[in-house]
Amino acid sequence: MIDMFLQDILPNVLKILLIVVPLMLSVAYLTYAERKVIGYIQVRIGPNRVGLWGLLQPIADALKLLLKEVIFPAKSNLYLFLVAPVLAIGPALAAWAVMPFDDGMVLANIDAGLLYILAITSMSVYGVVIAGWASNSRYAFLGALRSAAQVVSYEIAMGFALVGVLIAAGSLNLGEIVLAQQGGFWHWYFIPLFPLFIVYFISGVAETNRAPFDIAEGESEIVAGFHVEYSGMAFAIFFLAEYADMILISMLAATLFMGGWLSPFDGIPVLESFFSWVPGLVWLLGKTAIFLFLYLWFRATFPRYRYDQIMRLGWKVFIPVTLVWLVIVSTAQVFDIGPWFTESAVITAGGG
Amino acid sequence: MAEIKNFTLNFGPQHPAAHGVLRLILEMDGEVIVRADPHVGLLHRGTEKLAESKPFNQSIGYMDRLDYVSMMCNEHAYVMAIEKLIGIDVPVRAQYIRVMFDEITRVLNHLMWLGSHGLDIGAMTIFLYCFREREDLMDCYEAVSGARMHATYYRPGGVYRDLPDKMPQYQASKWHNEKEIKKKNQNRDGSLLDFIEDFTQRFPHCVDEYETLLTDNRIWKQRTVGIGVVSPERALQLGFSGPMLRGSGVEWDLRRKQPYEVYDQLAFDIPVGKEGDCYDRYLVRVAEMRESNRIIKQCVDWLRANPGPVIIDDTKVAPPKRSTMKNDMEALIHHFKLFTEGYCVPEGEVYSAIEHPKGEFGIYMISDGANKPYRVKIRAPGFPHLAAMDEMAKGHMLADVVAIIGTMDIVFGEIDR
Repeated sequence: MIDMFLQDILPNVLKILLIVVPLMLSVAYLTYAERKVIGYIQVRIGPNRVGLWGLLQPIADALKLLLKEVIFPAKSNLYLFLVAPVLAIGPALAAWAVMPFDDGMVLANIDAGLLYILAITSMSVYGVVIAGWASNSRYAFLGALRSAAQVVSYEIAMGFALVGVLIAAGSLNLGEIVLAQQGGFWHWYFIPLFPLFIVYFISGVAETNRAPFDIAEGESEIVAGFHVEYSGMAFAIFFLAEYADMILISMLAATLFMGGWLSPFDGIPVLESFFSWVPGLVWLLGKTAIFLFLYLWFRATFPRYRYDQIMRLGWKVFIPVTLVWLVIVSTAQVFDIGPWFTESAVITAGGG
Repeated sequence: MAEIKNFTLNFGPQHPAAHGVLRLILEMDGEVIVRADPHVGLLHRGTEKLAESKPFNQSIGYMDRLDYVSMMCNEHAYVMAIEKLIGIDVPVRAQYIRVMFDEITRVLNHLMWLGSHGLDIGAMTIFLYCFREREDLMDCYEAVSGARMHATYYRPGGVYRDLPDKMPQYQASKWHNEKEIKKKNQNRDGSLLDFIEDFTQRFPHCVDEYETLLTDNRIWKQRTVGIGVVSPERALQLGFSGPMLRGSGVEWDLRRKQPYEVYDQLAFDIPVGKEGDCYDRYLVRVAEMRESNRIIKQCVDWLRANPGPVIIDDTKVAPPKRSTMKNDMEALIHHFKLFTEGYCVPEGEVYSAIEHPKGEFGIYMISDGANKPYRVKIRAPGFPHLAAMDEMAKGHMLADVVAIIGTMDIVFGEIDR
């Protein structure tokens, strides 16, 4: 019993902690970065009072949320009301299990990693829908309906975009997808799969309910949407889930299209050896940060889409684009066309 | 099939897009609006009634608080009504100052409108960009009256005092050191007119900046083009005025059609829309800001060249000079009478309207010869606009209601009065 604990459970628990604790910290400081970045975009300073340059602001916010009362609306369904935040944060954390941070640095190296991620991230919409339903508020209800419709539509476009990656790499294992992009940044999939890359990232923004697709929260329309009745820690959990999802989507974009932990200088004579000491994790985090910045930049720049316009964009633009590009990628793959698809085509053929 | 009932949503009065205290009862078929029923009166303060129980001058301050984003314009209509009743001629310099501040107020109002309209539609940054310029204009208010919003600067017979030679300065603090402050105070060394002139030179570029964010933005266009369309005939029937009317293509501007003060001597154009949708009204207001800037510039040039009195020399209506009060018994008595009893206005009735940033703002006043008005009726431009809510929002989606509320530029201070 103790042996099993020491050999199997303890290392895994430690690994989980090693993922979750930095993740929560990055969520906290992502909120800080968000406020600072948007602040500077909007010619103001952002938080600068708590701690040096306002660095303790996320901690102060967390404390405030912890100490606040969680209010249960009188006519809400208490059980569902409490389950909803759990359903929101669960998938947001579970998805990280298959995320490769470096060569072999992954909690669960499963072959169906991409499929697992797709399945788990789809689950997170249940949290939103149930929260909207359980609150027994019309604003929350509208938010939940909008969110459900939106996630269903964008899941399809996103799924197709990922199928493109799967065809190109010939694997569903995230680590192998990264390794298939080896050999310099011109091997990264964002070049041959450029339309899919764009569709994937925009769908990701829509999937995480961030501006300009934040109709589920739509502050000026339905106040705060699905979480309008939540306060204190219950609200904070939705908040954590949203930001953890943002980081996940960004890191996935980096993994699937930007070569994950691979150095951008691979294959360049002098620079490759010059930067060879940098650990892969740093590259991965750097790439993730770029996508996170894009999230914030979008939020500061764009007006919000209307509900039907989001649907139109998803169904009439993204899905056709992905379908067309899938045909192109498959053709290139089958007939060994172009510089990117020849190598992995062998793997696909070999794998059957 | 089972009967499906429509969904009723209580929108406001405490809603981020309610622009104050608008309460809408929305009957919705899914996301589509079937009926929008605005409920007003939550900000009713009885301004009209209050004005009936006070000497004329003491109600000027209430006028500021009607449409609390275009303060001096409200004062203007009220002060003009009194002047018409008594039959006073205002000194030309005061007229120019009033016109200049009316236009500053128009820019103030449109900036506030642009920012909050953008925020309603989800564009955050525009709001802070607009507020950056608003800050400078607020400082102009502060320079002439000491107050940044509720100025009470216009008086029957002119304006309270001449334009100051000094601008309010920023002070150094824990967060801003001397060097930063010096940079911030750079354009505040000279007189108010220098500051305003500097502003008029900067402002067109600022408007360009706002336009790069919105005018050609596809999402912005998707959200505003074809939303809340009002035909020119319908706009007239509904009693629209100001940018709401001009957005529908009717060229009606009181500054041109019934010129008051010195508007007939100034060069400016009247921007007119075509489609009568939210996008056209947006373009009209943005163009109006540029035109206002032109007018301000002309006023600055004139005011520089022509010093003179800014309030009439009739101590029955306007207070006597402080210096004369020290030696002159009569001046002291006038001062005392003016600030206790006020002045009596000849019997009669008058309607004075100005081109307010939101439309036609009018004061209808009946005097029975006493030192207070017998009746004051305020014609608020926002009221007929809001009354068209149902017509404009019908068939649109919930998100469009927010855009329509934004495009109406409603402020509850004037609607509820």
